[in-house]
Amino acid sequence: MSERVRVMRGREWARPVRPVRREVLAATPELEEGRPPLLFVPGFGHGAWAFAEHWLGHAAGRGFPAYALSLRGHGGSDPAPEATLRAYAHDVVQVAAGLPRQAVLVGHGAGALVVAHALARYPARAAVLVAPVLGGWATFGAALRRNPAGTLPAVFGGRLRLNRRQLFSRELPDADARGYVSRLGRAGRRAQWQLLTHADPEPAVGRPPVLVLGSPDDRVVPAAALTRAARRYGSAPLLFPGMGHDLMLDARWREPIDAILDWLAKDPAPEHRP
Amino acid sequence: MPTSTDPGRPDPEATTLALTRDGRPVSDRGDTVCVIGAGASGLTAIKNLKEHGFGVDCYERETGVGGAWNWRHDRSPVYASTHLISSRPFTQFPDFPMPDDWPDYPHHSQLLSYFERYADHFDLRAHIWFGTEVVRVEPAEGDRWDVTTRSTGGYGPERTARYAAVVVANGHNWSPKLPRYEGLEQFRGEVMHASSYQDPAQLRGKRVLVVGAGNTGCDIAVEAAQQAAQCWHSTRRGYWYAPKYVFGRPADQVNDSLLALRVPRRVRQWLYHWTLRLTVGDLTRYGLPKPDHRVYETHPIANSQLVYYVGHGRISPVPDVARFDAYGVELTDGRRIDPELVVFATGYLPRFEFLDPKVLGDDGGTGRPTLWLHAFAPGHPTLAVAGLLQPDSGLFPLAHWQMVLFARLLRLRQTRPERAAAFAAKAQARAGERYTGLVKDSTRHWFEVGHADYLRAVQRALHDLEGSR
Ligand SMILES: Cc1cc2nc3c(=O)[nH]c(=O)nc-3n(C[C@H](O)[C@H](O)[C@H](O)COP(=O)(O)OP(=O)(O)OC[C@H]3O[C@@H](n4cnc5c(N)ncnc54)[C@H](O)[C@@H]3O)c2cc1C
Ligand SMILES: NC(=O)c1ccc[n+]([C@@H]2O[C@H](COP(=O)([O-])OP(=O)(O)OC[C@H]3O[C@@H](n4cnc5c(N)ncnc54)[C@H](OP(=O)(O)O)[C@@H]3O)[C@@H](O)[C@H]2O)c1
Repeated sequence: MSERVRVMRGREWARPVRPVRREVLAATPELEEGRPPLLFVPGFGHGAWAFAEHWLGHAAGRGFPAYALSLRGHGGSDPAPEATLRAYAHDVVQVAAGLPRQAVLVGHGAGALVVAHALARYPARAAVLVAPVLGGWATFGAALRRNPAGTLPAVFGGRLRLNRRQLFSRELPDADARGYVSRLGRAGRRAQWQLLTHADPEPAVGRPPVLVLGSPDDRVVPAAALTRAARRYGSAPLLFPGMGHDLMLDARWREPIDAILDWLAKDPAPEHRP
Repeated sequence: MPTSTDPGRPDPEATTLALTRDGRPVSDRGDTVCVIGAGASGLTAIKNLKEHGFGVDCYERETGVGGAWNWRHDRSPVYASTHLISSRPFTQFPDFPMPDDWPDYPHHSQLLSYFERYADHFDLRAHIWFGTEVVRVEPAEGDRWDVTTRSTGGYGPERTARYAAVVVANGHNWSPKLPRYEGLEQFRGEVMHASSYQDPAQLRGKRVLVVGAGNTGCDIAVEAAQQAAQCWHSTRRGYWYAPKYVFGRPADQVNDSLLALRVPRRVRQWLYHWTLRLTVGDLTRYGLPKPDHRVYETHPIANSQLVYYVGHGRISPVPDVARFDAYGVELTDGRRIDPELVVFATGYLPRFEFLDPKVLGDDGGTGRPTLWLHAFAPGHPTLAVAGLLQPDSGLFPLAHWQMVLFARLLRLRQTRPERAAAFAAKAQARAGERYTGLVKDSTRHWFEVGHADYLRAVQRALHDLEGSR
């Protein structure tokens, strides 16, 4: 992460991101308890539906207003074949700023990279990176080794395909796994490339506390990548052995979301480094 | 995470710990920072100070947030039809964008709702004392400040509290600048300053003279063209009336595409003249006076309709006013006109009634503070003025970065005092610096800034402060 704040944003002023209609799904607690709202950001190929399955309702049940968006070109949002990482981050910031109170951003997979960029444009209460795909050649190498047929076409602008064994543990019934995989879409071509070529995210506004979690058995994000991601934010990852990459859909989805909510309930403080 | 329940308000019964220089009791607010005004600049001050871990007490004389953009406020300068002149990306706070389905140039009511949402989103209202006016701000020992307040309108007792730092965010578009004219007292027609203009109904069916061609004067002249029986528009020079759109995009965004490429000002001026010539054409053909300056040398006017209504004959451009008499107005070219209503859209003057002008480096009392970055007072390292700028684009991002800089400075006073001291030395040495190319000498241009020049200077100051250069 670069440490210098960038005040001059000529390109963003002169060429604002084109607006699109965005899908936002929500589950809100029956009683407003003053908890910060959570905004879930799905990774490439996934839509808001991936969080609507279990996590939204569960978070609301524990008193947190919970929202999930579909990045442009995903789920029920407008199509956007030319989308870039900047446009995705813009989508996140737009939805976050539209919530009634300062939100916690929760990004999954490449959605965590989108969140890392969004944090430089919105002072989140806190951020959670779930099985983060922060990009770079190491991630690409791992994906290529484990799923060459699904990964290679992406290099040529084709669709990045993740298979069942990368996303879920064997505990998840086959029918469910098949069902989820069939709902996967694809990210924009340019955004896929930017996973490799993007510049480091600028410093996060307001230095929010950041939690990193994932599974050592994730076949998309190697354990070393989790450790690296957590170190960037000055912590160690929380691990959920035996789960696949899609922690919010896998059989034991309840454990990671409970860990996130427990962490938030403790009111982690922003870092006030000088 | 900071909790949202701490109101952080001074308790009037707080133990009295000190006395002012002239012996009045003062309640001590410790490390808390005082913000004066809850307009856009004040709100971004509270938000950024809070984000950097400071307690904040804000005093606001009105009963709501939004300052100038809250048309319910008696001093609000906006009129029913006010739309932004700076397009959205230049106007929104850099970390809290306006909804992207809003128009390029939102209406003033949208701006108010934006500021209200900003206040709620970041839980700022808990820090604001509404209906409370700051009447005095005096330096106390240890670079601290005694701030005296009372209920707006002068009811109730005065109270003084001591703060670690003060942000002055009282706005500069509320105290009318009124020219003097021979014979104005005898004039039998109606006379008003634009600050009390609210609604086109005030113009309907009348013969109207509008004086001044800032953005206010141009907007009102256009409304008069649509509503009044007749409209004269008096200006003391010719101007560049820039359309809000060029090449199908907001004009400021097109201009910034060039700025991003670091195209020199001379070349941009030339391109601009050339674009205007191709689209609007020769202004003198419409009967408008020839500009006495190049484009970018007066505060930009963004108005696509003025020239159009001149072309319809609904606005008659006239020169400066020479004098008034009982029945009319004599112009400097000797012509006489007989308006029933005269609207002075001659601008506003900044005013800091609660502060000794010397504190802001205005020793002569001319009303023009001498500050570094138009924000930092030499010799007063814990004082900042927010939003005292006349940018060639939106003001709010500039005010935001001023307050980020100030909040970081205050933190460094605690953790790295030597860096804070170096900053103070710079404020001393560089007070009065300008951040714009050549501009016409006028009562309104002393705090004109080019947004790119200005933000670049702030960025440099931030990087220097953090030692990241
Ligand atoms: C018609 C019009 C249109 C404009 N359009 C644009 C535009 O398109 N883009 C742009 O960027 N700018 C525009 N401006 C400039 C405008 O001044 C700023 O946008 C903005 O209002 C400045 O915000 P502020 O918070 O600095 O001051 P203000 O909005 O004036 O707020 C100051 C606040 O301080 C309070 N206050 C003052 N004195 C005291 C005191 N002694 N004690 C307690 N409280 C006090 C006031 O009540 C007020 O709420 C426009 C101005 C006008 C007049
Ligand atoms: N739609 C919008 O968003 C909008 C609308 C209105 C205002 N604003 C902003 O609000 C601020 C104030 O604008 P404003 O138009 O009220 O004031 P302004 O920019 O100060 O313009 C005042 C005008 O009156 C003239 N003038 C001043 N004193 C005069 C005198 N003694 N005799 C004759 N003419 C005199 C000035 O001429 P000189 O050229 O000689 O100085 C200028 O043309 C500006 O920042 C402006 O951009 C925005």
